[in-house]
Formats: sequence, structure tokens, C-alpha cells
Amino acid sequence: MDRIEVSNLNRQFLFRLQDVGKPKAEVAAMRVMERVSGVNIVPHFCRIEDKNIEFYGDFNIIALGLDSIEARSYINSVACSFLEYDSDDKPCEETIKPMVDGGTEGFKGHARVILPGITPCFECTIWLFPPQVKFPLCTLAETPRTAAHCIEYAHLIKWNEVHGGKSFDADDPEHMQWVYSEALKRAELFGISGVTYSLTQGVVKNIIPAIASTNAIISAACALEALKIATGFSKSLSNYLTYNGAEGLHTKVTEFWKDNDCLVCGPGVLIEVDSTTSLQKFIDLLREHPTLPISKPSMVHRGKNLYMQAPPILEEMTRSNLQLPLFDLMGRIPKDVIHVTGTVTLNDRKTSALRKLRIVFKGNVDGVADMDMAGGA
Amino acid sequence: MAEPKSKYDRQLRIWGEQGQEALEKASICLLNCGPTGSETLKNLVLGGIGSITVIDGSKVEEGDMGNNFMVDLQSIAQSKAKCVCAFLQELNDSVRAKFVEESPEALIDTNPAFFQQFTLVIATQLLENSILKLDKICRQYNIMLIVARSYGLTGLVRISIKEHDVVDTKPDHFLDDLRLNNPWPELKQFAESIDLYTTDPVVHKHTPYVVILVKIVEEWASAHGGKFPSTREEKREFKELLKSKMISLDEDNYKEAMEASFKVSLPCGISPQLHQIVNDSSVEIDSSSYNFWVLVAALKEFIENEGGGEPPLEGSIPDMTSLTEYYISLQKIYQSKADADFLAIEQHVKGILKRIGRDPDTILKTTIKNFCKNARKLMVCRYRLIEDEFNSPILTEVQKYLTDEDYSVAVGFYVLLRAVDRFTSNYNRFPGLFDGEMDEDTSRLKTIAVGILNDMGCNGSSLSEDLISEMCRYGGAELHTVAAYIGGIASQEAIKLITKQFIPLTGTFIFNGIDHKSQLLFL
Repeated sequence: MDRIEVSNLNRQFLFRLQDVGKPKAEVAAMRVMERVSGVNIVPHFCRIEDKNIEFYGDFNIIALGLDSIEARSYINSVACSFLEYDSDDKPCEETIKPMVDGGTEGFKGHARVILPGITPCFECTIWLFPPQVKFPLCTLAETPRTAAHCIEYAHLIKWNEVHGGKSFDADDPEHMQWVYSEALKRAELFGISGVTYSLTQGVVKNIIPAIASTNAIISAACALEALKIATGFSKSLSNYLTYNGAEGLHTKVTEFWKDNDCLVCGPGVLIEVDSTTSLQKFIDLLREHPTLPISKPSMVHRGKNLYMQAPPILEEMTRSNLQLPLFDLMGRIPKDVIHVTGTVTLNDRKTSALRKLRIVFKGNVDGVADMDMAGGA
Repeated sequence: MAEPKSKYDRQLRIWGEQGQEALEKASICLLNCGPTGSETLKNLVLGGIGSITVIDGSKVEEGDMGNNFMVDLQSIAQSKAKCVCAFLQELNDSVRAKFVEESPEALIDTNPAFFQQFTLVIATQLLENSILKLDKICRQYNIMLIVARSYGLTGLVRISIKEHDVVDTKPDHFLDDLRLNNPWPELKQFAESIDLYTTDPVVHKHTPYVVILVKIVEEWASAHGGKFPSTREEKREFKELLKSKMISLDEDNYKEAMEASFKVSLPCGISPQLHQIVNDSSVEIDSSSYNFWVLVAALKEFIENEGGGEPPLEGSIPDMTSLTEYYISLQKIYQSKADADFLAIEQHVKGILKRIGRDPDTILKTTIKNFCKNARKLMVCRYRLIEDEFNSPILTEVQKYLTDEDYSVAVGFYVLLRAVDRFTSNYNRFPGLFDGEMDEDTSRLKTIAVGILNDMGCNGSSLSEDLISEMCRYGGAELHTVAAYIGGIASQEAIKLITKQFIPLTGTFIFNGIDHKSQLLFL
């Protein structure tokens, strides 16, 4: 969903100065197809959440060059949603959707192979990512010591005081300039040095330094792993490579283990539901669930929409299902898996997620599955 | 004022304006512009390197479409150097791109002086014989050399320079220079002026940990014959003493003091690494000495005099819970001492320059200041001639690698990479090129590899049969992804060498694309 910016040009080699402002997906596809004959790339200029699950299901391998934990978490939940387990709780090979993921920061980077059900998924190892640095509010408000404190004061505290409801836009140069001059004032007040425009941008936008070489190394590692999965010509990375090129060169491979209780790549969160429970009541249950919880859910059962939050036309079509028992909507079978997309809280932030739920019905569940009783779109 | 949106913003945050300037002044010579060379240069061109000269005598063939991104269908039958240059130029029009349509081997043999004009030569996919010749040429003219190779799922990167000195090593994690193990008078005076037993709870929990440690360690010392905690038991007791001064559980400054308490027990003086540098033979300064060694000689004089065994104070302090005014005062005290140490070193620098008959102002104040700030982190890298490495490898290291599970594949590839070059000089092709001769090639390659190991003084049978067959399976193929990985590393080392920042590769990097357990070999 990104557009090309000038600061991309020191490393994103598929883009030129005249491409600034254009969608990355479209320019990248065009440039590669221009240079390499016989390859077909279809660009999609949109957010990853805008595509439905079936879209992702069409692919053999998913390669990730994402820049946030939230985005990785989302696509991870999508890939893992295809995973099915047999009666011995072993993953069914043909439902495994491999992913290759990479990321960089300055001279550091990582590359990993995720085979849902076999290797740990992104969620299984989410503890690998340290929480983002946040300055305590009292430091910003009362005892600032560094230039960064002054900047964050202007950005997080003073902005709201002066601009009321107007939200801060990091890409608006006027907003950035305002934060910079306020930060300078505060720094002067406290005798702190070091506030520059560049530092202001860096702190507010959380700019990660980036160079061509590290990105080349990590993307090469990812591409190599994708090729191995596609052709089988060599064994795969097993399963997490870290790289650090600042002091000499260090690469390390760690074989992380899958978390059998993982909410995302495990067999699914087990939820017992009474056969009379309505879909609406079920939705309420999900919001209060101790281990999930997930709100504003859209639910799909074996490709059939049980309830969709959006777009409005689908919401209207599925709204009547809310009053019906989930048991009926799922074809009156005693247990099955459904996929739920909704909002979860990750790292104190709200983000989209997809969760696999194993529904087991209790109460009056004997009787043959009657598909005619299942309503909905 | 808002800075103009620079395309180099993201990299300036790493190596700064000075580093960028060095890159823009540099001229690179690339030998062979197949995938490995092209990928290396791509990263340097994107970063704004001054100029590139591509040497390659070959013509573009259809096979190149499968692994070289810097050529296309229209390039076929044309000079590869010309086409790669043109596509690289597209990436950055500030770079001056030139090419010479000639084989690197021929150039090395007939015109070695050609290489004199360059800052750095990057030799890709050259065979052993040419590498050894080029290495000697570069040494003779004091040109930096990087050797890079991609071969199937393996590859290597090796730097070869007589000496590379780095002041701005910028290590990731380096201990701050707080001198809590040896506080000086001004720091002690400041600590004295603060009352740890203040009744104001806000002040109590905002007293910086540096002050807490200076005061409490003095309290400790007076009860322990003037000595600071040194044994494990003493360190533990000292921590308890700190804890006892807390008046409530949420005092972050005291928690920071406890976490940092080990700093009072650190050994005084300079690190073994710095000790080695200041005692290096190059410290015997004469009129031909590099400025770096003049600075090191001045540093040595300082350590032995004003420094009292310590290097100059770095001058900055990390952030810590504190009242703003206390923190700023502390910053000023540390900066003052750093400034005083700098002035002392400046005098030594001038003195030395005079002694060797040079103008005492030839080394700039800013250079000396930067040197002082980084004095504890200096690095001197010296690389053996590749020929010496081949003729007299460090036997103990090789044997260690051969028997270590984590290194055996890497050292196997190292030997096999040399073996395939010898194979090529005998049979004029890479082993495994023809499917029909796979078995014979495997056994021929094995013979050569065992021979190399024996020459090194090692047991030839430690090389795995599987690895030898695997090497034949590669058939000399240059995979684009492997070339891109190797090229990424080569370009990054080039940047470190040219900017003289960060710590370069000090061993031979052997890539293992099978399981990514690549290794550094120090031979």
C-alpha cells in the first residue's frame, strides 16, 4: 500500500527518481518484468488486510518484506488459517502454506522460514521482539534530560494541548516543523542540547536507518529459501537466521521450536458452545474470552460467511444470521473449525488478526447434520 | 529550518556526512561483472560511490539472462561490462561509471600499474592464480582489495590490506566511561554537594545513580581500608548497602544504581586490546608515520603521564533517572574532564609532530577530539597476503576447524573452493559441469582436495565425501541469490573500509547456503 519516497532510493533499486509518489507494487512489477523475460508479476496496490483469505490460499509460498510486527502477525494468522490437523494432531501436509520472512535495521537483519504446523509460526516466537522504547510520562513532563525527551514532549504532550482534537500527521512537514520548534524551546528551557530537525524526524517517525547492503543480504537469503521450497534442490534453513554486520560479520542459525499451544498455528482455540447459543451471543463470548479475546469479528465456516462486519452490503446480507444458533449455521455437526477475523490487542495496540477456533457443541447435538437448516449468505 | 529531503537520509543516520563524503570521493575497480560483481556494485552505486570502473572481457550470452539482473535480452552479444555499467548508471546518476572491455587476467598480467588509480579493487570470480598475483600488486601500490566468490551454494569474501586503522569503530555495545571505579576530584566534589538523605522524596528518587554510587562507594571504602568492593561477596554486600538506602520501592534511580553497581569494581587502566595497540612497533614514530600512529603515540604519552594509567575520558554519559539540573551538571563535569584530557593529548600530538619535523598543526583539532572520544575503541586490522595464508596456514586453527562440528562444513568448502580452481587449471573446466562425468570428477576433485589438506599439514580424510559430491553437483554455477548475498557482504565491507567506520571482516567469510551456518575462518 506504500508509495515511493525519495528516501527509499538509496536501497530500493527498482525505483527511480521519476517514480516518487507512485505505488511501489506497480513500479516494482513493471521494472522486474521489463528486465526479466518470462516472469509474471501482478501488483496489488492495497493493504494486506484488504485481500480475502481465498486470495492468499491460491499461492504456494508467501514471501514477506513487511515493516511491522502487526503486519507480520496478520499475514501469519492468514497462512496458518489454512492449516488442518488430522486425528493424530499432526499437520496435514497439503494444508501447509510456507512463508519466508525477512527484516533489517541498519547493519542487522533476520531471515526465517515458517512452515505452519512444523516450525514455529510468527506468533509462537513473538517474545523475540522486545517492546518498543517508551519514555515514562513523568520524564517527558517533569524531568527531561535528553533531546529525544524534548521531542517526544512536543509530539505527545504539547501537540494535544495546543491542537485539541487535530491528529498529528508525521508526513506533514508543517506538523513536523511545529514539533521541532517546540522541542527546541523546551530544550532551551532545560539547558539540553542536541535537538535537530533530523533527530526530530527520527524520533517521531521512528526512522530506522537502512542501507542497500543489509537489505541485499537478507532478501537474498529469503529468496534462496523460497527457491529451495519451490524446487526442493536443497534443505531449508532451520529455521531462524540472524545477521549482524556492524562488528565484523556474525550470522547465527537458531532452531526454534513450535509452541503446541499457539493460538495461531496450533489446532485452534477450543471453545465449547451450547447448541442453542446464537451467533450474536457467541460474538459476545469471543470479546470476553480469557485467552483470545477478539472483537468486531467476521466469521467464516468452510468458506461460507457466517457474519461479515464489512462491506455494508455483506453485513446486511449476513445480519439475520446473528439471531440463529451457531450450531445450525455450522450445519449441525458436533465440532468443526471456523476462522474469525477481528481486532485484538498486541503490544498495547489494536490490530487486525485472524484466529482459528475449534468449536465443540454441547447440549442437544445428536441428530444428523441438516444442511438445509443452515442459513446465511 | 527543515532539511531538504535527501535520498541518502537513511544511510546518513549510520555513517554521517563524513562517511558519505568518503564514499563520494572513492573510486572502485570491479573485476568481472557477472552476478557477484554486479550485485556488489549495485549496492555501492545506490549508496553514492564516487566512481566505478568495470573490467570484463566477456560478451553477454543467453545464459546470463538466468542470473544477472544487470543485463537484459537486448544486451546479448554486447560487451557485458558495457551493459552492466549502463544499467548500474540508471540507479544513480551522480556516480561516474566506466568500463574496460578486457579480461581481468590479461590486465593483471600486462598492466599491473593500472590498479594504482583506485581506492579499492573488488575481484569477483577470479581463479586462485590471478588472485595471488593481484594481491601482490595491490600490496605493492597500497590499494585495498576485496576478494569475493560465489560457487553453487557456497562462496567467500576476504579482505586483503597491509594495515587498516579504525578510530570510529562504533561498536554496538560498549561500556560507558563513567570512571566510577576511580572518580576524580571534580566528580567527587559534585557528589559531596548532594545530600542522599534529603527529606524531599522527589529529590531522593531523582538523584542520579552516578552520584549515588560515588557517595556510597566512598562510604564503603572508608569501612574497608580505602578499597572498593572486589570479591563476589563484597559486590553482593555493596548492592545490599545500596538497597538499604531506598526509602520506597519505586525509586528507579536506586534500581539503576544497583544494576550499575558492578561499575565501581571494574579494573582500572586500559583494555588488553588498547594495550596491544599502544605497544605496537608502529608507535616508534618517525617522519614517515601515519597520523593514526602519531595519535596513538600521543595517547601512550598521556596514559603514562596525565592519564595515570587511564585513557582520555570519553565525555558523554548515558541517560538515567535524574532531576534535569543534576543531569545537566553531571554532563558538564564529564565534558570538562574530557576537554581537559583532550588538551593534554593535543600538546603531546604537537610535541611529537615537532620531533619528527612536521608542522605541529597538521593534525586538526577535530581529528584529535574524535580520536580522544574513541580512544578506548580503536582497532588495527592487518591482513596476511593470501599467498602466505595458503603456504603457511595457522595449523592449529585449521585442525580445530576440521574437528569442530560447527566449522567442518565451512572449512570443507574453503578447501574445496581452492580445489576447484586447481581442477580448472588442469582440466580447463569446473568439476561436475558434465552430468556424464560426475563420478570421475568427484574422485578427481577429491584427490586434489586431499592434496591441498596434506600440503596444509592436515589429514586429508577429514573431508566429507558428501561435501565433495555436493561441490561437483554445483558444476561451477553462479546462482543469483548466492551472488546477491555475497555481493551484499562484499559491498558492506567496501563501505566500512572506505568510510573508515565500523569494524571490517577480519577473517575469511565462508558462505554456507545449505543450512546458512556460514563461518569466519581465521587462517
